Amino acid sequence: MESFQQIIFKLKQYWAERGCIIQEPYDVEVGAGTMCPETFLRVLGPKPYRVAYVQPSRRPADGRYGENPNRLYKHSQLQVILKPSPADVIEQYLGSLEAVGIDLTQHDIKFEEDNWEAPTLGAWGVGWQVMLDGLEITQFTYFQQCGGIDLDVVPAELTYGLERLTAFLQVKDSVYGIEWAPGFSYGDVRFQDELQFSVYNFEMAEVQTLWKLFDLYEGEAARLLAAYPKYAEKARFPLLPAYDQVLKCSNLFNTLDSRGAISVTERVGVIQRVRKLAVGVAHAWADQQEAAQ
Amino acid sequence: MSLPFLLEIGTEEIPDWMIPGALESLRGQLEGLGIAARTDATPRRLVARADGLLERLPDTEERVTGPRQTAPAKAVEGFARKQGITPADLSVEGEYYTYLRKKLGRRMIDVLAESLPGIILKIAFPKTMYWTGKTGPRFIRPIRWLVALLGDDVIPFELAGVHSSNITVGQRRTLQSASQAGLPVTIENYEQTLRANCVILSAAARRKKIEDEIAALGIRLKPDPALLETLVYLTEYPTPILGEFDPQFLALPEEVLITVMRHHQKYFSVEDESGHLAPRFVAVMNTSADPEGLVRRGNERVLRARFNDARFFWQTDQRKKLADRVADLAHVTFQAKLGSYLEKTDRVVTLVNRLGGDEDAQRAARLAKADLTTELVKEFTELQGIVGGLYARAQGEPDEVWQAIYDHYKPESMEDSVPRSTAGRLVSLADKLDTLIECFRIGMAPTGSRDPFGLRRAAQGVVKIMVEGRINAPMLLTENGEELSEFFKDRIRFYFRERGFRYDEVNAAMAAFWWDLPNLEDRLVRLQEIRSTPNFEPLAASFKRIKNILRQADFAGGPFTPSLLEPGPESELYDEIFRIGQQPIETTIGALRPKVDLFFDKVLVNAPDPAVRANRLAMLHGLLEQFRTFADFSEIVTNS
Repeated sequence: MESFQQIIFKLKQYWAERGCIIQEPYDVEVGAGTMCPETFLRVLGPKPYRVAYVQPSRRPADGRYGENPNRLYKHSQLQVILKPSPADVIEQYLGSLEAVGIDLTQHDIKFEEDNWEAPTLGAWGVGWQVMLDGLEITQFTYFQQCGGIDLDVVPAELTYGLERLTAFLQVKDSVYGIEWAPGFSYGDVRFQDELQFSVYNFEMAEVQTLWKLFDLYEGEAARLLAAYPKYAEKARFPLLPAYDQVLKCSNLFNTLDSRGAISVTERVGVIQRVRKLAVGVAHAWADQQEAAQ
Repeated sequence: MSLPFLLEIGTEEIPDWMIPGALESLRGQLEGLGIAARTDATPRRLVARADGLLERLPDTEERVTGPRQTAPAKAVEGFARKQGITPADLSVEGEYYTYLRKKLGRRMIDVLAESLPGIILKIAFPKTMYWTGKTGPRFIRPIRWLVALLGDDVIPFELAGVHSSNITVGQRRTLQSASQAGLPVTIENYEQTLRANCVILSAAARRKKIEDEIAALGIRLKPDPALLETLVYLTEYPTPILGEFDPQFLALPEEVLITVMRHHQKYFSVEDESGHLAPRFVAVMNTSADPEGLVRRGNERVLRARFNDARFFWQTDQRKKLADRVADLAHVTFQAKLGSYLEKTDRVVTLVNRLGGDEDAQRAARLAKADLTTELVKEFTELQGIVGGLYARAQGEPDEVWQAIYDHYKPESMEDSVPRSTAGRLVSLADKLDTLIECFRIGMAPTGSRDPFGLRRAAQGVVKIMVEGRINAPMLLTENGEELSEFFKDRIRFYFRERGFRYDEVNAAMAAFWWDLPNLEDRLVRLQEIRSTPNFEPLAASFKRIKNILRQADFAGGPFTPSLLEPGPESELYDEIFRIGQQPIETTIGALRPKVDLFFDKVLVNAPDPAVRANRLAMLHGLLEQFRTFADFSEIVTNS
C-alpha cells in the first residue's frame, strides 16, 4: 500500500520526468491551487511553462470540525500546469494514474463535462471532472481566460484531489484513516487543523476584524496597482506583492462567508471587489512581461 | 464509378448532451455538398458515412461571349487566343462569336479535401473552445485525429495541426485493448475494427447492450430514459454492473437517495417487487468487464460516502424547524432588484389569499421557500420544494400543507403533472405569478432566446395549472400591463396547440375572451367538436364575410328596427338569430346555416335606402354578437 506521501512523491516524479518544474506550496492562504501565482500569473502571455506543486487549499465553509469523513477545511491539491497543452495530454494524465499504481484496464474511467469558472479571478475554462469508478479524482481544465484576459496559449490544468485519490488507493472510507506515512494517519497529522479552524471560522473569527483586514489588504493592493502605470522601471515594480494582497482578500472573503457575515446581496459586491484587483494585477503583469521582452 | 465515403472526427470527450445536435449539424452540412450521410458518434468521435459518391462531379460548359460578327478579324483572333483556341473553334450565336468552354468536373476527393475543414469547424455546438492558441480554430473539445476516406484513398487535408489519414484509435484502456496504438482502417472494416478495440460506434447498439445486460441481471429498474441517453453518449463500450448499499440508508427519503444516485453518480435505481426502492443500484462502466469486482466496490464506496453526507444534512437540518427558518429568508436574495425570499414569501402568501386559498394553502405558501436555507437543498438544489415538503411532513405539518410545499415547483414542463392538491396548485400558481409580475415590472421580460429567469416556463406552468386545475383568476392575468398579458396569451396559444387544438380554433376562441382559462378550454373542446359538423365551415365562411362587410361599412353597431325587415329570407334570418340565445351552439348551427346562406343569396345588404342598409348591418352585427362570448368564427380558416 502506498502512503499519502509516497503517492505525492510518485506524482511529482512523474511530472518532473515530463519537464515540469516542481514547486513547493505557495505560502499565502489560497482556496485552490489555481490561485497561486505559479498558475494565475504564469498562464498569461506567450511563454511556455510547466509546473507541478502540491497546494494546501483552504475552504473555510467546507470545514466540518473533523467529523465528516470526506469534507475538509484544508485539502491538498496537486496542481499541474502544462503550457501549452501537449496533444497527448490525456494520455500523459492517464499515465500518471498508472504511475501511482492504478491499473486502468481494471477500472472504469470517464471524462464528464465540467466547465470551471472562478468569478473572483476573472478566469474560466472548459474541461471535465475525471471519474474513476464513480469517484471524482481530478478536475481537468483547458484555460480560456484568466484575469479577464483571453490567453495567448492554452494551458491544460490538472488538479488532483490527493486525499480522495489516496483514500481510493488505500481503500479507506474516511480521509482521517488514510496513511500519511508509515505509523501516521491523516488524522494524526491534520485533525487538529480541521477542528480548530472550524471552531475559528464558524464560531470565533471576529467579523469586524476580518472586515478591517479585508479593507487594509484591499487598500494596499489598490494603492500598488494605481502606482504601476506611472512607475518608470516597469520590470522591478512589485506586482507579485500586490497579488499577495489580493490572495489575502480572497481568503478573508471566504472566512467571512463561512462566518455567515456576507449576505447574498453583499456577496456579489465583494466578489466584484476581489475580481477587480485580480484583473488589475493580471493586466499589469501581462504588460510587465511584454515590456521585459 | 461511385465511391463510399468515411469521415471520423476524433476528439477528446464531447459532452454527451451535445452529441445528437452536433451530428444533426454535420449531416446538414454534408447535405449541402450533395452527400446524404449516415452519422454515428461516441464521446470521442463524430462519424459520417455515405455511399455512391461520384468520383468526379459532372462536366460543365461555360459560354464565353466574344466580339461581334462584324468585328475586325484581329479582334476575333485575339479573343480566340485568349481562350487558348483558334477562330475556327468559335461558334456564332446571334451577332456574336461564342466559345463553349468545356469544364472538366472536379474530382470529388479534391472537393472534399477543400470543404471538409470548413464543414467540421461549422458543426454547431452550444459552447466552443480554442486549444492551439488564441487565433486557432474553435471546436467543442480538441480535435486529435481525423480519418477521411473516399473509396480506398485518404482525402488529404489538415485541421488544427492534425493531418487526415486512415488511422483511427480504439478505447483508451480496456482489458481488450491495452494500447493506444493507431489502427489502420478501410471503409469496409472500420466499424469491426473499432468493435474489436472496445468501441461500439452505433448509439442504438450501445443502448441495446445496456438494456439487454440490465435485463439479464434479473432486477427491476426505475425507468429513466434520460439517464439511459446520457450513458449511451458518455461511453464507447458500456457495460452495466450491479452494486449494493447498506439497507439502513433506506431510512432516508427515497427522493434524496434517488437524486444522489441519478444526478450525482449517474446510477439507475432499483425497485423491489412492491415498487419500493431496493438497496441496490446499476452503474454503467465504460469498459468491457469488472472481473475482480474493483469497479463495483469503488462505486459502492463512493455512494456510501455520498449517502453519509446526505444523512448528515438530513439530521442537521431537522434541528431547526421550517417555520423557524422563514425569518432567515431575509438573507436569501430572490433577485438583486427584487429583494429577498422573505419579501417574495410575503407577496406569495397575499396572492394565495387573493386566489381564495384556505388556511392550509396560506401556511404552505409561508413555509414553501424555507428549505432554501437548509444544508440538504444547498447540496442538492434540484430537490428544492421536495425537501421542504419532506421536512414539513417530518415536522408534523398536515398532508395538505406538506404536499403543497412538496409540489409547488410543479409543473416543470408541459409533460409534468400539476400539483396534486388545490393548496399545492394555488401555492405553485402564486409563486410563478409573483415571479412573472415582478420581473416584468422591473423590465426583465425575456428577449429572444434569452430567458435567464425561466419566465416562459413559469408562465407555461401558470397556464397549465389554471386549465388543468380549473382555476379562474382573470384579474391576475390581465391587471399587470399589456406586455405581461400578451406574454400569457402567447403561452396560452402554445399550450392549447400542444394539446392538439388547431391554431385558428385557438385564435377564434381567444378572440371572444381569453382570461378565463377553464372556460376557454371548454369552448375549445366544443369548438373542435362542432367544427367537424357539415354546417360549421360554411357558416364560418359566412361569418368572415359578415365581418368584412361590417368592416368595409365601418359599422360598429347601431339601432335595429324590426319593422324595417323585409319578409322572406331577411325576416327568417332574424327569427333564427332571435332563437339563438336560448339554445346551445351545437344545435344552433344546423338551423342557422341555411338561413344565412339564403339571406346572402337573396338579400342585398347594401340596399339603396340608407336606413334599410343600416338596419341590415345592425342585424348582422347582432348575429356576430350572439356568438361573441363563445368564439369569433371569422378567425376559422375555411377551405371555401
